[in-house]
Amino acid sequence: MENNITLKIDNREISVPKGTTILEAARELGIDIPTLCYMNLKDLCIKNAPASCRICVVEVEGRKNLAPSCATRCENNMVVRTNTMRVLNARRVVLELMLSDHPSDCLVCAKSGNCELQDTAIKLGIREIPFAGEKSEFKVDLSPSIRRDASKCIYCRRCEMMCNDVQTVGALGAVNRGFSSVVMPAFDEALIDSECTFCGQCVAVCPVGALTELSHTNRLINDLANPSKTVIVQTAPAVRAALGEEFGLPAGTSVTGKMVAALRQLGFAKVFDTDFAADLTIMEEGTELLGRLNAFLNGDKEVKLPIITSCCPGWVNFFEKQFPDLLDRPSSARSPQQMFGAIAKTYWAEKMGIKREDLIVVSVMPCLAKKFESERDEFKTNGDPDVNYSISTRELAALIKETNINFMQLPDEDFDAPLGESTGAAVIFGASGGVMEAALRTAYEIQTGKTLENVDFEGVRGIENLKEATIDVDGFELKVAVAHSLGTARKLMNELRAGTCKYHAIEVMACPGGCIGGGGQPFHHGDSARIKARAKALYTEDAEKSFRKSHENPYIVSLYEEFLGKPMSERAHHLLHTCYFNRGKEIIEQ
Amino acid sequence: MTQISLAKCKVDQLVKLCEEFGNQEGELINVLHKAQELVGYLPREVQEVIARQLNIPVSKVYGVVTFYSFFTMTPKGEHPISVCMGTACYVRGAEKVLDEFKRVLKINVGETTPDGKFSLTSLRCVGACGLAPVVLIGEKVYGRVTPGEVEKILKEFN
Repeated sequence: MENNITLKIDNREISVPKGTTILEAARELGIDIPTLCYMNLKDLCIKNAPASCRICVVEVEGRKNLAPSCATRCENNMVVRTNTMRVLNARRVVLELMLSDHPSDCLVCAKSGNCELQDTAIKLGIREIPFAGEKSEFKVDLSPSIRRDASKCIYCRRCEMMCNDVQTVGALGAVNRGFSSVVMPAFDEALIDSECTFCGQCVAVCPVGALTELSHTNRLINDLANPSKTVIVQTAPAVRAALGEEFGLPAGTSVTGKMVAALRQLGFAKVFDTDFAADLTIMEEGTELLGRLNAFLNGDKEVKLPIITSCCPGWVNFFEKQFPDLLDRPSSARSPQQMFGAIAKTYWAEKMGIKREDLIVVSVMPCLAKKFESERDEFKTNGDPDVNYSISTRELAALIKETNINFMQLPDEDFDAPLGESTGAAVIFGASGGVMEAALRTAYEIQTGKTLENVDFEGVRGIENLKEATIDVDGFELKVAVAHSLGTARKLMNELRAGTCKYHAIEVMACPGGCIGGGGQPFHHGDSARIKARAKALYTEDAEKSFRKSHENPYIVSLYEEFLGKPMSERAHHLLHTCYFNRGKEIIEQ
Repeated sequence: MTQISLAKCKVDQLVKLCEEFGNQEGELINVLHKAQELVGYLPREVQEVIARQLNIPVSKVYGVVTFYSFFTMTPKGEHPISVCMGTACYVRGAEKVLDEFKRVLKINVGETTPDGKFSLTSLRCVGACGLAPVVLIGEKVYGRVTPGEVEKILKEFN
């Protein structure tokens, strides 16, 4: 790119491309101007720069007012000072005013230590809050996934941007004006009654403790201490690619072995892997895909294509609420979390002679929607959920720290058999494109009866919002699409509604980048390179696996032989499939 | 499924209204203006219909409704009370008169009494500064109002 703008920041000269903001130019020089509302996930093309917090102000020579550096573009011969008395005073006053309307319960706030407001107060050396005045107070909104405390909202509007621009969900919006401004659902409704899908992306970007997850950590500690219960755990693929970040490891370090060792030390009776259930998902979903495809090839006009993945509970919530007219398109396969729970509480419990009521299945997920999903009535037997509850990657990290487990010194350990065995196809479920790739590996071999030599479908990998590929399946051109973020999914669904959709199969993940960028993952604090690095860790682990196709998992083979029969059998239907509900809004005319 | 119910004739009118503005998202404020003229206020049901017609999240509609003080989600009372807070009225004690209305009716500005009888708003200058402070109840104008007269004035409407 052409460097055509030259300016001076704090007496240092820099040339930047036209359109660069002062903030970006300063960061290039290593000058760390503090920010609060600003967030730029470059690799994902997600940016929030409403210039609403005014923490990033700088002095520009010849300009009367201080300029918000996040929203002011560099100009030729500009002279910028980021640290004059005037600037420092202004920043302090702005922050002190913000703090004067912010609860001071930092010691017990879920975000303490991870709070960008706290970090900024530290950086600016705030020692007292000179302004005493009215405080905004709102009731806390508890949903199965998210805890929303609007009293802590600093009006950065990052959540609003994620919810509306990226996810096109529109659950959160700016309400009122002036002092009483706040971001909340319409009519001050609870999240559970709103359009919210519980994707958790608002939580992932909230700089303060206004949006956090509903924690099940204490429940887990109690259950682990109860000798009459057998507590087992399953871990989602994306957790192992990010957990290490909480212990100071660089993003993209896979910590599978240490994570297993830590879970064992925590006292779980068995440490299993959601990846096992991911392989199972491929068996069911892959079979369903081939079933619909072959019906289509045989001239069935009624067949519902494209088939759309249903692993992601945020996505399921989205289409149930926004596209209730298309409920027959997604696969009926349950998510891996729920498949695992169903198998653990039937096949495995019977094998071990454990009564259902004595067995507690916990999942560790990169996701907040999984918390909601585990509570759905369809996934309960006589009121007992298949998965008792789900904790996030962050909750697991906090628990490991609380229980004095020295994570870095842990040896690498292996998952328990049989529900801990998985293939490389399952590992990549955690990255956008992974489910499609895994399905292609299995579907290709089953359909053609040939061995797939190159299992790497590069066309469906990567951080782009929408990836398309055409795969030659014995002369048939299978057209697939992979979408991440619900906004991208909406575009595909609108095409489907309009009858212009050209794909046979679509993968959708609600979170940017897939599960690796999930709402329950360690906070990225605006660094999208972390999400990219996590994907790399998963693809590396896949390449190192001895089995890389789901149908080759020996424990999956024996699960079908011993218990399920074949994919889509009656028992498989009962335990591994689900149905969807119209949860859209309807206007009744009286 | 969440169900929102509204009289069919009202829904039809709102749908027509949105169509007149081409169901354009950018016309939201104009649509809300007309809708408030039509219904008298902007209850949730009206906002839901408008959101559906303009194909935008209802949170966006609600955001605009709560941002502009002109829009209201509370139905006006049978006798809408407006207290002038323009400069002339203000310096002659309009705030105290307003406070007395609030105290007697037990409502705040922008609210309506539970029996639907009175609603209270403040406005800026009705062009009768010679009569300051001025209070309007419905079409009727009261001049040189003192806080002591408020209860007596309200009794006229009982």
